[in-house]
Amino acid sequence: MPEVTMVAALNAALREALAEDPRVLVFGEDVGELGGVFRVTQGLQAEFGRERVFDTPISESGIAGMCVGLAMAGFRPVAEMQFDGFSYPALDQVISHLAKYRERTRGRVGMPVTIRIPSFGGIRGKEHHGESPETYYVHTAGLKVVCPSSPLDAYRLLRLAIADPDPVIVLEPKSRYWSKEEGELTAEGPGLGRARVLREGSACVLISYGAMVARCLDAAAGLEAEGISCTVLDLRSLSPLDLETLGGAVRAVGRAVVVHEAPLTLGLGAEVAARIMEEAFDHLEAPVRRVTGWDVPYPPASLEDVYLPSVERIARAVREVVAY
Amino acid sequence: MGEPETNDEFPTLRCLAPDGTPVGDTDVGLSEEDLRGLLRWMILARRLDHECMALQRQGELTVYPPFEGQEAAQVGSAAALAPQDMVFPSFRELAAAIVRGVDAVTYLQYHRGTWHGGPYDPLETGFAPICVPVATQLVHAVGWALGAKLDGRPACALAYFGDGAASEGDFHEAANLAAVFRVPAVLFCQNNGWAISVPSRLQFAAPIAARAAGYGMPGVRVDGNDVLAVYRTTREALERARAGGGPTLIEALTYRLGPHTTADDPSRYRDEAEVERWRALDPIERYRRFLLASGVADEDDVAAFEAEAETWVGRVRAELVALGTPPPSEVFDHVFADPPASLARQRAEALGDA
Repeated sequence: MPEVTMVAALNAALREALAEDPRVLVFGEDVGELGGVFRVTQGLQAEFGRERVFDTPISESGIAGMCVGLAMAGFRPVAEMQFDGFSYPALDQVISHLAKYRERTRGRVGMPVTIRIPSFGGIRGKEHHGESPETYYVHTAGLKVVCPSSPLDAYRLLRLAIADPDPVIVLEPKSRYWSKEEGELTAEGPGLGRARVLREGSACVLISYGAMVARCLDAAAGLEAEGISCTVLDLRSLSPLDLETLGGAVRAVGRAVVVHEAPLTLGLGAEVAARIMEEAFDHLEAPVRRVTGWDVPYPPASLEDVYLPSVERIARAVREVVAY
Repeated sequence: MGEPETNDEFPTLRCLAPDGTPVGDTDVGLSEEDLRGLLRWMILARRLDHECMALQRQGELTVYPPFEGQEAAQVGSAAALAPQDMVFPSFRELAAAIVRGVDAVTYLQYHRGTWHGGPYDPLETGFAPICVPVATQLVHAVGWALGAKLDGRPACALAYFGDGAASEGDFHEAANLAAVFRVPAVLFCQNNGWAISVPSRLQFAAPIAARAAGYGMPGVRVDGNDVLAVYRTTREALERARAGGGPTLIEALTYRLGPHTTADDPSRYRDEAEVERWRALDPIERYRRFLLASGVADEDDVAAFEAEAETWVGRVRAELVALGTPPPSEVFDHVFADPPASLARQRAEALGDA
């Protein structure tokens, strides 16, 4: 079986989308000649030309706003925001227009737009390069938000996002860009709004997304040796949430820990915990725990590990929930 | 009789003096019928604007942003458009909308509060939804124009914005992107002197049109109360853009005679004397005098337009007040092409059939 990195998987997804649909355009800062600062768009301009894969000025609001106009003109834009922290100038366009255009035009003008945002911490980055912006997008009605945790699923989610008739924000976990996975690249499998169960256990459900999924899997492997078997649920789709899979997994086990990099307060874990109350309260054996970043700005590189949920923090939370 | 006040040397294009006398070449390439048509649209637009103010005062419209005084800027520019072009309005372009063929009742559903955006079909009418977030529509125009260019279509985007929007970051991003990508777009500023209560002199220190040079595109300032000058300037910019010549920034000097919206009280921030100075520069009266003096129209034509306006706004009013409230399901029905299960649940709960 071939082995691919997440960067290569995303690159393949873009290449195949460009090849299959002449209305797909790829643009953003440094995505052309350079191939993106993470090389996700490497080789695409050479293959598909400067009209379909192009660099823009440093103009994030302009990039998102052009997506709206291009979609009106019948294109299927796939834009890159270079880093999480650089996507903020585009929030007005995303919140005020991209998310609302279908509704404002009573369904006449859809926005088949994909915005890719390399996100989250864990790469010893400078400030503004380790942000977790998901709540801003999840809280905005009219958007879909996905976050892959592995190369093969990154390929699948990006293909599905580009094919979707509505705007999809793809949050790519930078720290997993160079992770590898074996298998065939395919868009078949779990759909855009579905979660995946990566490991089944009977003591506790670990619920996460993005880079923290790998840490949950590591924690689950360690806990297994202690006789605590965990289900690991990869949400994949942060909006909408797959309540069916989430509720089913928690009802089966009765204990849940939610893990994410974003700060605790009003992080996605708050919503997940509330949904668990609604979906599985009668089955709960213990309060839902959250293991998250702290309510502080993302720290400098040397202090990154103080902030990010560690395998040990995750394992400790599981032990506490199981012992409750 | 005065002229639009400017404190700089940047030239302002004009065909007609404020009293209607020609001050330059008045042959803008329109037939006599089309020349009369410009007057007709301005008369219809102003009558509709007055009716909308009345409808709002009577509780039939929510907040309404009047455009009285800006008829020439909107009618002259919109009349220059071709069917394949696309307009990206802000929220004060009702006059441009009706010239474009947007149904007034459908447009006014926005101010009636029955739907956001304006429920007309943007693609069919070539008129994008009403846009409230200031200056954001300018970037949409650039994106649409880039699409037209990529498709090799001879079509141009025209984005309206006000002097207030010229201070927003999206103005800069749109102007720069338009010039860098050399897209077929016209950025049309109606400088009406006021951003709600803040006058031009407190908003910018140089003419808006002069900024074009810094972006690398033509910048033209035109007397926005001179419908012929506006028409000619816009048509030249549109033709240049459709032929591959890139974008143009147009600044039309005009004046908002009324309040910012029906929720505003301009007596708190500006002198009535200033308003009266601008009333004397009225765009409709100026053009009416020109048409009568040149023999292109007579008093009967003017009377006929006024009578048509009266009948028309009566019909608009009747249809508008007869509009019902949309069904509650509308709140959910257009958010996604294929609503997710979690939203379907909320819909069921809201509609009481959960």
